[in-house]
Amino acid sequence: MKIIRINKENWADGLEKLKRSYRLFGPVKDNNLHVFKELDKGELPDCSYFNTRLSPKSIIYPQSEIMLEYELDESKEDHHILKEIDTDYSPRAVIGIRPCDAAAFLLVKRNFDTPEYKDPYWIKSYEATTFVGLACNNPQTTCFCTSAGSGPFYEKGLDLLLVDIGDYYFAKIITLKGENFLEAAGWDTEADGNAEEQIKTMKQKAEAKIISSIATDKLKDKTTTDLFDAPFWEEVAFACINCGACTYVCPTCWCFDIQDEVNGYSGIRMRNWDSCMFPLFTLHGSGHNPRSTNMQRFRQRFMHKLKYYVDKYNDGIQCVGCGRCTRLCPANIDIRKVCNLMNGYSA
Amino acid sequence: MSTKIIQHDINLEPFMSKSPDFNRKSILMQTERSFKSEIINIITLTALEKLFHIRISDHFERENFSFLPGQFVMLHLPGCGEVPISISSSVSNKEYIELCIRKVGKVTGMIHRLEPGAIVGIRGPFGTHFPVQKMTGCDVLLIAGGLGIAPLRSPIYWINEHRSKYRDISIMYGARDPDQVLFDYQFEEWKKIYGLKLLTIVQNAGKNWKGRVGLITDLFKEITIDPENTFAIVCGPPVMFKFVCAHLSDVGIPRHRMFVSLERRMHCGMGKCCRCNVGSTFTCLDGPIFDYWTVMNLKEAI
Repeated sequence: MKIIRINKENWADGLEKLKRSYRLFGPVKDNNLHVFKELDKGELPDCSYFNTRLSPKSIIYPQSEIMLEYELDESKEDHHILKEIDTDYSPRAVIGIRPCDAAAFLLVKRNFDTPEYKDPYWIKSYEATTFVGLACNNPQTTCFCTSAGSGPFYEKGLDLLLVDIGDYYFAKIITLKGENFLEAAGWDTEADGNAEEQIKTMKQKAEAKIISSIATDKLKDKTTTDLFDAPFWEEVAFACINCGACTYVCPTCWCFDIQDEVNGYSGIRMRNWDSCMFPLFTLHGSGHNPRSTNMQRFRQRFMHKLKYYVDKYNDGIQCVGCGRCTRLCPANIDIRKVCNLMNGYSA
Repeated sequence: MSTKIIQHDINLEPFMSKSPDFNRKSILMQTERSFKSEIINIITLTALEKLFHIRISDHFERENFSFLPGQFVMLHLPGCGEVPISISSSVSNKEYIELCIRKVGKVTGMIHRLEPGAIVGIRGPFGTHFPVQKMTGCDVLLIAGGLGIAPLRSPIYWINEHRSKYRDISIMYGARDPDQVLFDYQFEEWKKIYGLKLLTIVQNAGKNWKGRVGLITDLFKEITIDPENTFAIVCGPPVMFKFVCAHLSDVGIPRHRMFVSLERRMHCGMGKCCRCNVGSTFTCLDGPIFDYWTVMNLKEAI
C-alpha cells in the first residue's frame, strides 16, 4: 500500500484545494468541546483533539433528516402526494475521523443496506463520503477498541489513514476514494521506505496504551433466554435514569422515529434519532408497553448490542469501543462491566 | 478543476432500475413507495371501531397490489402520521382493501374523522403471513379476542374461497362487552359456510345478550380438537395468547402449528427503525405472524 508524506506546511493549502471538489467536515472546537462540522473557507480541522463528544454519525445520518415533502392544498395538482426533496449528496470528506468511529459505519451499514430494503438516504450519504481517518496516538482510559473489533490504527471503513508524526503526516492509501482525495489536494510526495515500519511501531505503542478490555468470545454461544433472565440486570440497571445519552453519543446506535410535520399547507416527513431508553419508543396505541420498566429498556440496549446483533449478523458485537457511553453516562454505567458480566454468565 | 472522483451512482444499482410502480416523482424512493388511495366507504362497527374500504387510485398499481392473509400495510395520513394496520379483506378482492381501525391515538383518531373520498397513502404490504397453503388437508382453528378478529377475516375469506382444501373450521371469538363484538353482521353468513363452527362469547353480558358468557377459553369445552391434524391461528391481546396457547399445547397441538399475530409500535415497516424488535427479530420483517414455538423462545414477545 502506498504511503504519502504530507508536510504540515502544505496542509492548509491542500485543504483549500480540496474544498473545491468536496464538502469538508472535521473536528472543530466549539464551546470547549470538539464537534464535527462542515469547515468554512480558511477553517482548519483541529487534529490535536482526542475525540468528539458526539460521534460523527450525524454526517451520514443527521439527527433530524427530511425524507419527503407534500402539499395539502387541494387546489394544487399533486396535493397529498409525498415527493422527494433535494438533498445535497455531492462528494464530501470527513477529515480526522477516528478509526473506531469510521468502523462504526460498517456496523450500521448492515442495518441500512440489506438485500430486501435499502435505505436510500443513508446509502447515498455514505457512498458520497470519503473517510480520512486520523490514527489515535493517545487512547484514553475509557477506550477498549482493541477488544471490540477495531483499534487505534484500524483501517476497515476508512479510505485514507493519516498518522501524525509531528511535522508531517503519513497518509496511508486504503481505497481508490482515498487516492482520489490525495490527488485532489495535490499531495503526492511518496514517503520513504521506513514509513511502513514507523507506522507499525506507532501502532504498537498506541495499542499498548489501551489498558481496558472486554471479553466477547462466549456471547455467541450463550442462550438468549438465559441471558435475558440473568439476575444481574436488576443490579446493573438500578442506577440508570434512562436519559438516553448513551444512545445519542453512540456511533453505532441507529434507531429512529418518523414524524410528519405540517406548516400551513405544506408538510414534511422527517426522521429523528430515537432511543430505546424512552418508554414511548415501544408504547402501543392500546396503552400496552412491551418494555415498560427502566430495567427492561436498559436490558434491551445491551442485549441488542452484545447478543441480538451477534446472533443476527454473526460478525462481532455492535460496539467499536469508543468509550463515549462510559465517559458520558451520568450514572457511571460502564458497558465494559455489563459486557463482561454477560460474557461470563452461566445459568 | 478536473479530479477523477469516482462516485458510486446509486441509480445504477439493480434495485433502483425497477419500473416506478408508485406515485413518487422519481425512482429513488423505491423503498418508500406509497400508493395514493381513496377511502371509498366507511362502515361504523362500534363506538371505537370503523371499517374503511380503501381503493388504490391508480389502475395499474391497484392491479399489481397483492398480499397474503395476515400481512399489514402502513396507512399514511399526510400531515398527521402513519400507522401499521392489518389487512382484513379477502386477497381476491382486487378493487379495494378493508382496514378495521380502532380509535386509540393521534393518527387513528384523525382517520376516524375522515369521510369517504379522503385521500390517504398506503405502503406495503409488509410482514409475514399465515401459512394458509401449509394448512391444507387439516382442521383449522381460528381464535380471536376483541380487535383480533380484524386480521382473522383475511384467512376466513381465504378458507371460504378454498373450502374444499380444508377439513373442519372453527372460529372462536371472544369480546369483553356485547357492544364491542365486531362484524356480527357477518356471523350468519359465516355460519352457512360448509362445516364451519362459529362460537362467540362475551365476558360481561348485558341485558340483550343471549349468547354465551365467559372467557374465550370456556369455548374449548364445546369443540373437539384432533391435535394431529389441526392448525391454530390466534390473535388478540397479549394476555389471551398465554391462556389460549397454553390450552392448545395441553390438548397436544404442536407449537409450530399455532400461529399468532403480534402487535408492536412501528414506524418504518422495513426493519430499519428498530423499535419493533423482539429479541433479534423484527416484527415488521420476521413477523407479525410468528409460530408459537418461536414466540416461546423470544422474550418480551407477549
